Amino acid sequence: MYKKLLWFIAGMHIITRLKQSIVAGLGVTFGIATFITLISFMTGLNGLLDGLTLDRTPHIHLYNETGPTKVQPLDLVAGTPTDWHLIRSVKPKPQQSRIHAAPTLIKAISTFPEVAAVAPQVSTQAFYTAGAIDLNGLIAGIDVEQEERWYKLGDYVSPGSIVALSQNDNAIIVGAGVAKKLSVGIGNKIQLVSPRGNSLSLKIVGTYQSGLAEVDDVQSYVNLKTAQRLIGEPDSYITDINIKLHDLEQAFPLAQRLERLYDIKAVDIGTANAQFDTGTSIRNIITYAVSITLLIVAGFGIYNILNMFIQEKMNDIAILKATGFSGADVMKIFIIQAMTIGLAGGTVGLLLGWIFSYTISRIPFEIEALPTVTTYPINFNLTYYFIGIAFALIATFFAGYLPASRARKMDPVDVLRRQ
Amino acid sequence: MGRKSVIRAESINKFFQQPVPFQVLKNISLDVASGEFVSVMGKSGCGKSTLLYILSTMDTDYTGKLYLNDQLITGLQAEQLAAIRNEHIGFVFQFHFLLPEFSVLDNVSLPAKKLGRKNSEVIREDALEILRMLDIGHIAEKKAYRISGGEKQRVAIARSLINSPSIIMGDEPTGNLDSKNSANVLSIFRNLATTEGLTLLIVTHDKDFARQTDRTITMEDGIILP
Ligand SMILES: Nc1ncnc2c1ncn2[C@@H]1O[C@H](COP(=O)(O)OP(=O)(O)OP(=O)(O)O)[C@@H](O)[C@H]1O
Ligand SMILES: [Mg+2]
Repeated sequence: MYKKLLWFIAGMHIITRLKQSIVAGLGVTFGIATFITLISFMTGLNGLLDGLTLDRTPHIHLYNETGPTKVQPLDLVAGTPTDWHLIRSVKPKPQQSRIHAAPTLIKAISTFPEVAAVAPQVSTQAFYTAGAIDLNGLIAGIDVEQEERWYKLGDYVSPGSIVALSQNDNAIIVGAGVAKKLSVGIGNKIQLVSPRGNSLSLKIVGTYQSGLAEVDDVQSYVNLKTAQRLIGEPDSYITDINIKLHDLEQAFPLAQRLERLYDIKAVDIGTANAQFDTGTSIRNIITYAVSITLLIVAGFGIYNILNMFIQEKMNDIAILKATGFSGADVMKIFIIQAMTIGLAGGTVGLLLGWIFSYTISRIPFEIEALPTVTTYPINFNLTYYFIGIAFALIATFFAGYLPASRARKMDPVDVLRRQ
Repeated sequence: MGRKSVIRAESINKFFQQPVPFQVLKNISLDVASGEFVSVMGKSGCGKSTLLYILSTMDTDYTGKLYLNDQLITGLQAEQLAAIRNEHIGFVFQFHFLLPEFSVLDNVSLPAKKLGRKNSEVIREDALEILRMLDIGHIAEKKAYRISGGEKQRVAIARSLINSPSIIMGDEPTGNLDSKNSANVLSIFRNLATTEGLTLLIVTHDKDFARQTDRTITMEDGIILP
């Protein structure tokens, strides 16, 4: 009842000064709309750019590293401190890129609570041959379902489809660059020759386009079995294990743990892609800085309006105080006014921001590198709308606070004496 | 008289520092009893308004003691004083001091809504009854800036009555009205005093007005003449 009274008085003030109130509110509207549009667009773009690499990158990548063994044969010979043993011309033995006991390892890692998905992969080099041309290439044998679900491989296959790969052991998705160089397309056959001389003839069911030319010029995908067949290895032969986690933050500690536990090389995403994080956060800082500046300007609008209001309403304030309203009551009335203007302006701002970003998201945006992207990327994340309205309320609260506390302190006798 | 004291002042002193240090009220003591109709007269500038602002608790910058219904109210917090004004003191100013954009009914009802003792239906009925008693029931829904000076003054009186205060103070409430309207306001006060037993303390320059009150306090240069 009492609160209703303060709202009634505040509302009356807004209604009787509707034009000024709307102008003040429009400042907030403009600030919030810009914030929403900017942040949706910026983060949408960020997501797209990061997705280019990060989506396709495992959170932890397990493989066997090439390099000399830490314990050389000579170290195993019981050392006699007075003797010198010399072995000249140490050479590496044929590279074992296979992960030892991969199926058991995959099972074990799947049970970690942090782990969302584990995908095996067989990577190998191969030659593409068509007619007289031999092209150097990289073949990845993948678990198609996993790859599609966790690494969005399908988004980068166009034309063609990734589904064909899972059922067909004689199918391949070739890099766009490879296809172009060999002048082949969907439906054509392509010959692969493994380093050991095995040869396979596969049918092209799609082309792969990552957007990075150096990748598209060499990379192709087949299913696990096909890759194993190509290099003449059994089902258990796996060269890489790719892990996705529930929480990206866990990548570094878990990678270290896996290295210790399984004696294997484990690279986490942060180490692999350090530069992406910084780019993203700088773009975000710019967005917030611009929006906060706009809101401060809007805040000054509200501050001005309220100051003018209070100047005009000196008599009203004196009457309210003389008839028993306390300073706190009067202050509340003006804060309510400011925040009502802020809330109304902010809500319209959210709506406008949504309309702007929706409009942008309909504008065609075609880039070679991303066949699945046809319009500008917009991130319609609800969080930004909450941040926006919170911004509006906080800004208007502070803008209203100073004038309102002036009204609270105002002495009614001063006004009465002036008559 | 043996009647209960409504407002009592003991040795009130008031100084202004600007433009030069200057004592406006000098050791003022007075006592208004329940049901009394008291007028205050004196030359312009003798300190009547200043005294009334202190008695009405709006001005707290003074020395001395002030009692309302025999309770000391000097030194209370601003919030407490606001609550006291709301409940116990009705004020009628020289210039009809209304909230111009609010309706007559709202102007009268606001102090009662602030007090919060009654629900809005009852407050509305009470306000309408007072307005009718003052012969302005027909303008209840009009905005306060659309009514005449005499009507405004009666609305201000209605507002001062709404919470059935212990005392009504007026600072030249008829000073701005023509003789017909001021006679009207005077008779309203006179009526309220006799029929409702209301306590009134009214500053006036009008000798005829003062003559019709129960008692007249005369001031001169910050003191009360005996
Ligand atoms: N804020 C102020 N600062 C300094 N002096 C003041 C102030 N307000 C009033 N005065 C002085 O105090 C004295 C008393 O003023 P007050 O308004 O009480 O007179 P009054 O008796 O009500 O006069 P009037 O009949 O003209 O209304 C005057 O001399 C006036 O100049
Ligand atoms: Mg005066």
